[in-house]
Amino acid sequence: MDKSEHLDLYHQMVLIRHLEENAAELYQQGKIGGFLHLYIGQEAVSTGLISARKPQDRVITAYRDHGVAINCGLSANEVMAELLGKATGCSKGKGGSMHMADPEKNFWGGHAIVGAHLPLATGLALGDMYQGNDGVTICMFGDGATNIGFFHEAFNLSKVWNLPVLWVCENNQYGMGTAVNRASAVPEIRQKADGYGIPNERIDGMDIMKVREAALGALEQVRSGKGPYLLEFLTYRYRGHSMGDPERYRQKDEVLKWEEEDPIGIYRKYLTSKKIASAKALNEIDTQAEEEIKQAVEFAESSPEPAPEELFTDVYVEEV
Amino acid sequence: MAETITMPKLGFDMAEGTLVRWVKKEGEEIQKGDVLAEIETDKATVEVESSASGTVRKLLVDEGTAVPVGDPIAMVGSPDEKIESIPTPEPESKTEKTAPAPAESGPATAKPEPVTAEPAVTTPTGRVKASPLARRMAEEKGLALANLQGSGPGGRIVKRDVESAISAQPTAVSSATTAPAQAAPQAGAALAPLPSINAEPRQDQRVNLTKLRQAIGRRMTESKQQFPHFYVAHEYKMGQLMALRKQVNQYLPDGEKLSVNDFIVKAAGLALRQYPNLNARLDGEAVLRFGAVNVGVAVTVPGGLLTVVVRDADQKPLRQISLEIKSMAARARDGKVKPDDVEGSTFSTSNLGMYDVENFIAIISPPEAAILALGSAREVPVVQDGEVVPGWRMKATISVDHRVSDGAEAAQFMQALATYLEEPLRLMV
Amino acid sequence: MTRITMREAISQAIWEEMERDPKVFIQGEEVGVWGGTYAVTKGFYDHFGPERVRDTPISEAVIVGSAIGAAMTGLRPIAELMTINFAFVAMDHIVNEAAKLHYMFGGHFKLPLVIRAVGGGGRQLAATHSQTPDVIFAHFPGLTVVSPGTPEDAKGLLKSAIRSDNPVLFIEHAAMYQSRGEVPDGDYTIPIGKSKIQRPGRDVTIVTYCKGLELSLKAAEELAKDGIEAEIVDLRTLRPLDMEPVLESFKKTNRAVMVEEGWKSYGVGAEISSRIYEEAFDYLDAPIKRVAQKEVPLPYNRTLEQMALPQVPDIVSAVKEVLK
Repeated sequence: MDKSEHLDLYHQMVLIRHLEENAAELYQQGKIGGFLHLYIGQEAVSTGLISARKPQDRVITAYRDHGVAINCGLSANEVMAELLGKATGCSKGKGGSMHMADPEKNFWGGHAIVGAHLPLATGLALGDMYQGNDGVTICMFGDGATNIGFFHEAFNLSKVWNLPVLWVCENNQYGMGTAVNRASAVPEIRQKADGYGIPNERIDGMDIMKVREAALGALEQVRSGKGPYLLEFLTYRYRGHSMGDPERYRQKDEVLKWEEEDPIGIYRKYLTSKKIASAKALNEIDTQAEEEIKQAVEFAESSPEPAPEELFTDVYVEEV
Repeated sequence: MAETITMPKLGFDMAEGTLVRWVKKEGEEIQKGDVLAEIETDKATVEVESSASGTVRKLLVDEGTAVPVGDPIAMVGSPDEKIESIPTPEPESKTEKTAPAPAESGPATAKPEPVTAEPAVTTPTGRVKASPLARRMAEEKGLALANLQGSGPGGRIVKRDVESAISAQPTAVSSATTAPAQAAPQAGAALAPLPSINAEPRQDQRVNLTKLRQAIGRRMTESKQQFPHFYVAHEYKMGQLMALRKQVNQYLPDGEKLSVNDFIVKAAGLALRQYPNLNARLDGEAVLRFGAVNVGVAVTVPGGLLTVVVRDADQKPLRQISLEIKSMAARARDGKVKPDDVEGSTFSTSNLGMYDVENFIAIISPPEAAILALGSAREVPVVQDGEVVPGWRMKATISVDHRVSDGAEAAQFMQALATYLEEPLRLMV
Repeated sequence: MTRITMREAISQAIWEEMERDPKVFIQGEEVGVWGGTYAVTKGFYDHFGPERVRDTPISEAVIVGSAIGAAMTGLRPIAELMTINFAFVAMDHIVNEAAKLHYMFGGHFKLPLVIRAVGGGGRQLAATHSQTPDVIFAHFPGLTVVSPGTPEDAKGLLKSAIRSDNPVLFIEHAAMYQSRGEVPDGDYTIPIGKSKIQRPGRDVTIVTYCKGLELSLKAAEELAKDGIEAEIVDLRTLRPLDMEPVLESFKKTNRAVMVEEGWKSYGVGAEISSRIYEEAFDYLDAPIKRVAQKEVPLPYNRTLEQMALPQVPDIVSAVKEVLK
C-alpha cells in the first residue's frame, strides 16, 4: 500500500469515530430515535477488511453498520441523514440506523434480525456463482449470531454448495450483555467453522494491518473457488451494545484496558513509527474528519423530512 | 238423478261471478265438499265446493265466462245416467258476459284502505330488528319499519318483507282526505332526474279498472253521496299497550306475535258493546243494532283491498284474533279468500300506521254505521307533570253515519276505546 | 384448451419459465434428484441440470434466505417449501426479510423471488403437517400471497409470480394436485391481484379460494337442485385483495357465505366479511356466515379429520341459513 492509501484508511477510521461520537450526542438530544449501535473500538475490522476487497466483492453486515457503510463508500452526509430519518438518507429515511445500504457500492445492508443476513449472504454468493461472476460475498456478523439457527444453516449450505462467501465474525466478546463464554459452546468462534469443514483463522482485530493482511489472504482463497472461509477478528466495543446500555455486564477497568489498545492509536503508532506519515499530518486528517462530520450533521439537520406519500411507496415494486 | 250445481251467491249483494277455472274435469269423481271450480267475484277469487257427490257429468260454462248468481254451471251425477236436458238459465238473470260490472253496487265489504300493519320485532333497546338493506329500502319508499312484520330469523325485517309491503301499497287512497297515496311513498325517495327539454311527447296511459276497483268505486260513491258523514278524532296514550305487547310477545313464537292492530280490534269490539248504536246500520226508519260484534279489518290485495272480518271480536282472546287476522289476510293476498272471511262485518277498521300516517279519515263502508281510521303509534313530545317528555301516542278518527248517531255518542265511544287502549290489561280480563 | 391436472399446470409453468429465462432457477428439498415430493419437478433435474434445479439441505431459513440473496443479485429464484407447515422455521426470512427489504432500504433492492409452499389437510398427516396458515402471511404488507383453485389459474398465476419483481408466496394444496381443469394452450399469464367469478348466480355470494373453490362448486350444484343459484367469487390472490367482484356480487345478492380451509378465527373470511360490512353495509340483508375448519389441531384419525375440515354439506347449510 502506498502513503495515500494509508492516509485514506486512517481518514476512514477517524471519520467513523467522529461520526459515531456525534451520533451518540444526537441520540441523547432526541434527534435520533430507535436503536443506535456504535462501532467505536471496532474501526480496524471493517476498515481493514473492506480495504482488501475488489470492486466486485459484496459486503453485507448486521446492525452495527455505520462504519461499514462509510468503508463501502457511502458519504457521511447520507449516513447521518439516514440516522436522522431524512429524505436524503441512504434509505430515504425509511430504514434508520440498522438498515443502511447501497447496492451500487456493493453494500447490501445493514440488517436487524440477528443472523438473518447470513442466509442472504449465501444467496448473494449463489447469485455470483450462478452468473459466473468472481465476486466474493463478505458477510460480517457478531459473536452472538453464531448461536442462532440461521448461522448454522448458512455455514452448512455455503460449504455444501461451495459458495464464494468470506464469513467474518467480529468477536467483540459480548452478545449484547452476554459474554461469549456464557453463550457459546466453544470458546473460540472459529472452532464452529471446523464443524462445517470451513477453514478458519482468529486474528487480532484491533490492528488494521493484521486485519487487512488476513482479509487479503482469505479473499484470494475464496475467490479461487475453494469455498467459504471464516475469519474471526477479536475486537472490543468501547461503548455499550447500543445507546442506553447500562453495561452492567462488564467492569469499567476492562473497558479502560481495551481503550489503551485503541485501534486508531495502534494505527497511528504504526504509521508514525514506519515514517509513513507524521503525527501532524494525522492530526490534520483528524481535524478534517471532525469538520466533515460537523458538516454532515448540518446537512442532515437541514435536510427535509420524507414527504407523507413516501409512507406508501416501496411497499411493492410497481409492475409495468 | 243428476244434480245441478249453480253459481253460488258468495256475498249478499253479489250478482254474478266469473268462472275462472274448472278444478274438476268432466268424468272425474267428486265428493260433496271437494273443490269444483274457482270463481272470481268482485271481491276475490274463491274456491267453490261441490254440493253433490258423484261423477262430474257436465261442465256447463266455459272458463272465463261471467255467470249470474243462481245459474247452472255443472251437473254431477252417476256415471252412466242419461242427461236429458241441460237446464238453461232464467232469461231475467242473464247479464252481459263482458267485464263491466253489474248494475247493482259492488260487494259490501271492499274498502279503500291498505293492509293492516303488523308492527315489527324490537330489540331490548327498542330498536326495530331489520337488515341494513331493508332499512334503506324502507326509507327510500317512505315506509315506517316499526309497522312492518319481519320474516327473517328472530322476526328480522328483511328485503322480501319490504318488497311485499311495497307491492301491497295501494296506488290511491280513494276515500282519504289526506294527499293521494302517490305522493306518500315517494317521501324518502331520491329526486327524479330533470327531464330534458326536448323530450319526446309523453303518451297518456289507459289502465282498465279491475272488477275490484270498480266495486270499490261504486260503493264509496254511494257511501259519500248517501251517508251523511261526521268525524270525531281522538289521540290515544299508547305507552302501556306498547309495553304490554312487548311483554306478551316474549312468550309467543315468531309468526304468532301480536300486533298493535290486534289490540285495537279487541278494544273496538269491547267498546262497541257499550255503544251498540255504532255497531249498527240504518234500516228504513229504524236503526238495526247488530247482535254480534264482527270487526272488519282492511287488507290490501292486488288491485285493491278487502275487509276481512273477525267475528265476535269482543269475545275472542287476543291471540285468536291475531291468528285469524293473519291467516285471513294471507288468504286475501293470495286470492284465496273464503266467503266467511269477508262477510258479515258490523263495524270496520282501517290502519295506515305502517306508512307513518299520523291520522286520516275513512269513508264508511255501506251499510255499516261507522268506520275507525287509525294512524301510527309514535313517540312524540308530551306534557307530563308540567314537563315535556317523550310518550307514545296514536291518533284515530271515527267516521259515523249521522242518521244513526251523533257527535257526543261518537266522542264517548272514542273515550271508551281509550279505556281499553290506555289500560290494556282490561282487554285481558 | 387442454385438460390437465393441477400438478401438470404448476409443473408446466415452472418449466416454461425456466426455458424462457435463464435467470429462473428452483431450489428446495428433494426438488432435484427425487423430482419433487409432489412430482412437480419430475424430469427437471435431467433437463436443466444441478445448477438450476438445486437440492438443498433441510434448512428452510437458508432455502428462503439464499433465494432472497440471489434475487437481490438479479436472479429469479423459486424457493420450494415442501409444506407450508415448514414455513414457520423460515418465518423471519419470509415476513421480515422478503416482505420488507424493498421498503426498508428505500427501494434499493428488488426481490423477484417466488416461494412455493404446499398447504392443506385431509390426508391424515396430523396437526403439524396439515395446516392452512395462509392468513398469517397475507397479513404482511410487502408480501404478495397467491393461492389458485384451478389448473388454469395456477399456471397463469405462477407464471405471473415468476415474472413479477415482487416477492410472491404461492400457496398450493396437497390434495388438489390431481384436480383437473381446462388450460389454454401456449404461453399465457393471469394477473395477480384479481378475483374471479367462477360461477354466476343470483341468490347468494360465496367467497372462497383454493380448496374452498372445489367444495363451493359442489355445494352450488347441490343448492341448484333446490332452486338456489349461488354466485362463487374466487379470490385467487389474498394480498393484494381484489374486493370489486365480491362487492359487485354482494350488492346483487345481499347475502354471503365465506368458505376457507383455515380456521375461522382471525381468518380470510373475517377479513372479507369486514370489508363487506364496511363497504356494502346498506346492501346487507343477513349476517355473513363463515365456513371454515373447526377450532382444533387437525387429528390423525380419518373420520375425525373429515369432521374437522369444512365439507360440502357445511356450505350448503350455511347458504340456507343466510337465506332464511
